[in-house]
Amino acid sequence: MTDFTPSNAEEVLEIVQWTVGEEEPIEIVGHGSKRSIGHAVQAAHTLDLSRLAGITLYEPEELVLSARAGTPLAEIEAELARNRQEFAFEPMDYAPLLGREAGRGTIGGLLSANLAGPRRIKSGAARDHVLGVHAVSGRGEGFKSGGRVVKNVTGYDLSKGLAGAWGTLAVTTDVTFKVLPAAETETTLCISGLDDAEAAAAMAMAMGSSAEVSAAAHLPEGVVGRFLEGGLQNGAQTVLRVEGFGPSVDYRIDLLFHLLKSYGAVSTIDVDQSRLLWREIRDCKPFADGTTAPVWRVSVAPSQGHLLVDAFRRAAGANTFYDWQGGLVWMRMEADPEAEVLRKLIAHFGGGHATLVRAPETVKAGTPVFEPQPPALAALSARLKEQFDPKNLLNPGRMAFT
Amino acid sequence: MSGPAMPKANAETLRNRADIVADMRIIVPGEGVVDTANEMRAFESDGLTAYRQMPLVVVLPETTAQVSRILKYCHERNIRVVPRGSGTSLSGGALPLEDAVLLVMSRFNRILDIDFANRAVVAQPGVTNLGITHAVEHEGFYYAPDPSSQIACSIGGNVAENSGGVHCLKYGLTANNVLGIEMVLINGDVVRLGGKHLDAEGYDLLGLMTGSEGLLGVVTEVTVRILQKPETARALLIGFPSSEEAGLCVAEIIGAGIIPGGMEMMDGPAIRAAEDFVHAGYPLDVEALLIVELDGPQAEVDHLIERVETIAKRNGATTSRASTSDEERAVFWAGRKAAFPAAGRISPDYYCMDGTIPRKALPRVLAGMRALSEKYGLRVANVFHAGDGNLHPLILYDANKPGELENAEAFGADILRLCVEVGGVLTGEHGVGVEKRDLMPEMFTEADLNQQIRVKCAFDPNHLLNPGKVFPQLHRCAELGRMHIHRGQVPFPDLERF
Repeated sequence: MTDFTPSNAEEVLEIVQWTVGEEEPIEIVGHGSKRSIGHAVQAAHTLDLSRLAGITLYEPEELVLSARAGTPLAEIEAELARNRQEFAFEPMDYAPLLGREAGRGTIGGLLSANLAGPRRIKSGAARDHVLGVHAVSGRGEGFKSGGRVVKNVTGYDLSKGLAGAWGTLAVTTDVTFKVLPAAETETTLCISGLDDAEAAAAMAMAMGSSAEVSAAAHLPEGVVGRFLEGGLQNGAQTVLRVEGFGPSVDYRIDLLFHLLKSYGAVSTIDVDQSRLLWREIRDCKPFADGTTAPVWRVSVAPSQGHLLVDAFRRAAGANTFYDWQGGLVWMRMEADPEAEVLRKLIAHFGGGHATLVRAPETVKAGTPVFEPQPPALAALSARLKEQFDPKNLLNPGRMAFT
Repeated sequence: MSGPAMPKANAETLRNRADIVADMRIIVPGEGVVDTANEMRAFESDGLTAYRQMPLVVVLPETTAQVSRILKYCHERNIRVVPRGSGTSLSGGALPLEDAVLLVMSRFNRILDIDFANRAVVAQPGVTNLGITHAVEHEGFYYAPDPSSQIACSIGGNVAENSGGVHCLKYGLTANNVLGIEMVLINGDVVRLGGKHLDAEGYDLLGLMTGSEGLLGVVTEVTVRILQKPETARALLIGFPSSEEAGLCVAEIIGAGIIPGGMEMMDGPAIRAAEDFVHAGYPLDVEALLIVELDGPQAEVDHLIERVETIAKRNGATTSRASTSDEERAVFWAGRKAAFPAAGRISPDYYCMDGTIPRKALPRVLAGMRALSEKYGLRVANVFHAGDGNLHPLILYDANKPGELENAEAFGADILRLCVEVGGVLTGEHGVGVEKRDLMPEMFTEADLNQQIRVKCAFDPNHLLNPGKVFPQLHRCAELGRMHIHRGQVPFPDLERF
């Protein structure tokens, strides 16, 4: 049992080649902040990338940043903030939900998990902002894809292929991302007392307006007290974020106010509290409770989220809140995850996927963590895996294709 | 033009042509099979008209089931297939092959679902890019990616090429605006990826499919994100004595946190050609012209117009005008949008390139282009998506002069090499196709290309879909499947371990 800690890409290549030669599977980790997501990896050795660190290129006026895969995300975000820039996809921090220290995680892990946040509905996820990668496949071959420019259709976009692959296709050694200016200011509009269905209608109206809403969430009564240390008003809150230049934010908040005042009592949350609130929504604060009670992350069409929850609650007890205009449903289960019931309902309500991001190991052992795929799609995914990692040496078992 | 070498035709397929045509007529009854030379001529090239080739047969299916049967049939008999949308590719992506069925998707022309609550449209792949906007604009919505061929190009083709447009710095490419697809694999399997929900479950096959240039599968349905139109848009027309100053101005605008809806640059020759053609009122005493369009709420646009004007003055702008009406804004754009036909007026032929560079390398690349222009004895005019570094040099030549076309192509290849040299790429939005296929090794090593071909092997192991495009050499999948094993010591015995 060996813990490899390479500090450059050549060493990573050599380690993976050893892995291939010896047919010894490895678990790839950065800071381990998301290590418990997915099934347990069947590997005796680990490839710890946390020393493969450092920002290698950052040109703010070119909107581009490159870093080695093990670079702490916190270091990158601090550097971006110094230049009033950010990752527009607002990557969430899973660690508090998983009972780990907040503020950890690497840029490589961010790509492998295809992180996103509340701004996903406007600005996309990590997959939408990655420009290029250098990686080592499970064949022990180094390759690169993409580049450092934002507009590029030269060859296949393998960077996107590695996004959300949880380290099962290749070991990423270097990444390049598009970065964007951070908003000058923000305000959140709050509508009180809506039920889930009314909230879905209000959010659809807001997102379909010209107010350029950058985040839309519904916090039902059962979770509302856990945000801003109980600082939100009582009763369900439907929250809409507007970001940008000062005069523009004021103008658009006013537009939303007139559009939505018939739904319920409307108030606003100013910039500092707004930033904190959306960080808490992003990181699933209500369910970061120090337990291992099952938590589902469900993605469906925004208009279907509340219908799904309503139907699911007839079968199982769950505490719930919604992001992404109602299309991202976070559910904390009172008891068993009831995966089959949930996935049947997702199919019934137009399709989507559910990931069991947190559960005791014993529960995960009997439940597919990631959404099972129809046979033709599963076969295609398995063929892709075979092309990248034919001996199933990289994070074997994590996505449970085997 | 002879064009780049294409894969050797399969003699058996050519021999069996009559049977194949008859079988296609069984799968697609009615008018859906075209096999006479006269009728097939309309399909012998795409937007890259220099290359022409008659296909084996043209098939125009109407249903996913038909596409599945056609592909399965071809797969079982080892027959090649070239998919085609509207045929507007500028890189020869839909160039037929002598021994390949040309699968034309233009009869998939219906919009299936308009869903304003989820801001999504489900369309068949033959619907035009602009057709989607037309279907939703009565409610104030539009589809954001706007390639210049948007009146004709199909949404399925946009997926295949990951099409861009002038607004993609702010609103993204096709890949960022497609939510899901249905596609058919070469073995006939029908697969759905994504939908009205966000993000893939499992591997991001949708990300791999977008921009795969018809080599991985045939798209039979597309779900796209639609957006509410910005409340207003205004444009600034700014002239500079040199492209260096214009480039610095662009950098400072972005450095100030402003992402314009569109930001275009034209060099002296392009300005003068466009002004002669459409009389947009462009200043003729400048060497670089910027069009900066700001869109959004009125309050924001007015605020930012002022800020951009200030930045422009600070960077040496000699002229600056802000549009005060949509008509005036349209006039500002008219010259830029007519840049290609304007080049056509001052030269019998022109060849449009499509490299992307880091913006700061612009002065170096423009200087390099001037030197190359002298070396090859050909003029070049430049239009440039300044926000994202995507260059469109237009090389002016006369195909009737012996050797001039080859000269223009060699000039173009040198420009693209220069783009790669400064950290850029061969193509920003037009695709590799056949046009830039043989330049791929300028940017990628053999190992890089092999890993891309392995993706191809997962989808189409016998290389039947659109062969001869993108990759200079398509290694056989069995060859690529062999593992190179390095057995030996545990690496780095002196490394710290736990």
